[in-house]
Amino acid sequence: MTKLIKSGAYAQDNFVPVADDAALPDGAVLVSLARFQKDRDALLARNTPIGVKLASDQNPQVLADDLSRLSLVALEFPKFRDGRAFSWARILRTRLGFTGEIRAVGDFLFDQVNYQHRVGFDAWEVSDHFTVEMFHKALNEMTDVYQPSADGKKTIRELRAAK
Amino acid sequence: MSEVTPNMYRYDEFDARFVAERTAQFKTQVERRLKGELTEDQFKPLRLMNGLYLQLHAYMLRVAVPYGTISSRQMRMLAHIARKYDKGYGHFTTRQNIQYNWPKLVDVPDILSDLASVEMHAIQTSGNCIRNVTADHFAGAAADEIEDPRPLAEIVRQWSSLHPEFVFLPRKFKIAVSGAPQDRAALAYHDMAVEIVRNAEGRTGYKVLVGGGMGRTPYIAQVLGDFVEKQDILAFMEAAMRVYNEQGRRDNIYKARIKILTNALGIKEMRRQVEIEFAEIKKTGGLQVPQEELDRITAYFAPPAFETGLSDEIPEAGKDFANWVKTNVHAHRQPGYAIATITLKTPGQVPGDATADQMDVIAELMDTFSVGEVRVSHEQNLVLPHVRKKDLPAIYARLKELDFACANAGLITDIIACPGLDYCDLANARSIPIAQSIALKFEDLARQHEIGELKIKISGCINACGHHHAGHIGILGVDKKGVEFYQLQLGGSGAEDASIGEVMGPGFTEHEIADAVERVVNLYLKTRQPGERFLDTYRRVGMAPFKDAAYEKEAA
Repeated sequence: MTKLIKSGAYAQDNFVPVADDAALPDGAVLVSLARFQKDRDALLARNTPIGVKLASDQNPQVLADDLSRLSLVALEFPKFRDGRAFSWARILRTRLGFTGEIRAVGDFLFDQVNYQHRVGFDAWEVSDHFTVEMFHKALNEMTDVYQPSADGKKTIRELRAAK
Repeated sequence: MSEVTPNMYRYDEFDARFVAERTAQFKTQVERRLKGELTEDQFKPLRLMNGLYLQLHAYMLRVAVPYGTISSRQMRMLAHIARKYDKGYGHFTTRQNIQYNWPKLVDVPDILSDLASVEMHAIQTSGNCIRNVTADHFAGAAADEIEDPRPLAEIVRQWSSLHPEFVFLPRKFKIAVSGAPQDRAALAYHDMAVEIVRNAEGRTGYKVLVGGGMGRTPYIAQVLGDFVEKQDILAFMEAAMRVYNEQGRRDNIYKARIKILTNALGIKEMRRQVEIEFAEIKKTGGLQVPQEELDRITAYFAPPAFETGLSDEIPEAGKDFANWVKTNVHAHRQPGYAIATITLKTPGQVPGDATADQMDVIAELMDTFSVGEVRVSHEQNLVLPHVRKKDLPAIYARLKELDFACANAGLITDIIACPGLDYCDLANARSIPIAQSIALKFEDLARQHEIGELKIKISGCINACGHHHAGHIGILGVDKKGVEFYQLQLGGSGAEDASIGEVMGPGFTEHEIADAVERVVNLYLKTRQPGERFLDTYRRVGMAPFKDAAYEKEAA
């Protein structure tokens, strides 16, 4: 079983994952990039929330023109060592200005959650043993950061300058 | 003599808290591992990011020495750690770090706390992230230097520390910096390298190289940016890192380094993509390095208060001393001063090793003679960067007591060797005994000086930690059906005339290899023209005569 942590708390997952060959149910759906590209017009015409799940080798810039119509982009970690989604999230937030939900799905570790948070993820599909307390602990192990990212956190250089 | 604090980067409250929290974080990771909450597979990337390897016989802890600069206070702590947690010695590496070969996992958090107390850590000394940044070991002292590269190295260190986007890269990423035309940092063999250059208007900026590397597919780095403005350097680096993180191969660890991507895309396409990324990153402005920041960091590395009016002559102190001066003393930018290399290569010793007692004496030498500072060189030696020429005889005398006064810097016995099969989990063959047998064969100092500059580099496997591709004579240990063989490579260079050595042919056994090297060297002595180094002669005459000599074809 998995559950969703969003904005720092357990959350209801309203998006129904839909296989590429399955009929679209009513309500919010989460589809693959291939499905989105195939049924783009029909999906956009439904006026219900749309989520697109990207594999780790899919650059979100292909969604640039449609991002304002998407509510969720799920980025997959096929294995925790595959760090491409860190760049994809950063591009989504900083370059493409995506303000919807960016969800981490797949195989990632407690110890990666803080990095994910920094680059722009705001939702995590986690396994049952992962608690919201662990989530907050992960975010608070390191107080300060050296480099700017998508979280808007003041860098150590900025904190020094403000002293 | 009291402890002298050199001019180098000093932690403020932010750096100190960062390292303290990171140490605490790793402590909990170790606890989770010991309790079984983390599998070894899950623990592995976490411990690697903290410098902890699991080797053949034990854990190995690699401690970062940012850009190779160590204070005497830090050196004493390194000695203390060797004594308390290890077997009384440490090993200085080709990446200017120090490794301990026998720490216990339960002790590692305490070691990291001890290190933190002297502003040191093991962050990002391994793992698929941006590794500890290396620099010219003569930085801030060399006569030929345009600018001290260490302020840039420190800026890069901070930017790359736990960079959230780049801690799970396709593979490790090594950055080196240099501020001098003479390349002492092996720039061309790095994933990314920065050389400080002066443009036509007389302004200094950064030439950025990408895609160099050793391993099973050696490449010489290519130019990614001819002249990057100083304030843009982090944006430029971040752009290159992002292109690599997105497109570097993840299906095969042997093809995952940026050198493979650079050559697959071609340098032109690589440049185009990085330029696009660079322009995008610059738009957000967050990574620009303001002049005030550059000035602030540079101030930490201000030159020490040099005495003026000193004689620029080196005193006479006998023939042995004169030999040592010839090889181990280098030109300093300040009249009356010199740079002195302490080679950790006395024939018979393990290249790069120093005992705790030796480290303590070196700390004393640092305080007494070199404003409390020493550098680790990528050739696994130590360097006293700022010594008065008049003190050189006293330094030499003290080094002699330590058995560290060998006049062999840059000579045939100043051998780089990886830890090899004596320690390393990856190795196919032993490196250390080969280095020792070659060094002992050429122990005679007059002969070494007669041979002149000759860099031998030995790796115990294809991963090339002993830099064999860059050796004038490179030696690669291979395993053939359970027997160790050693292949010769000739003509490599890690300097500004960088080149990849050429493989000679079938390997030699451990008993033959030193003799084969000797035959190669003898042919050089017979063939060389006046003023030619081994490398020059090789480049002039090519492999064939050396090959014949090595396999004794002449005699047949």
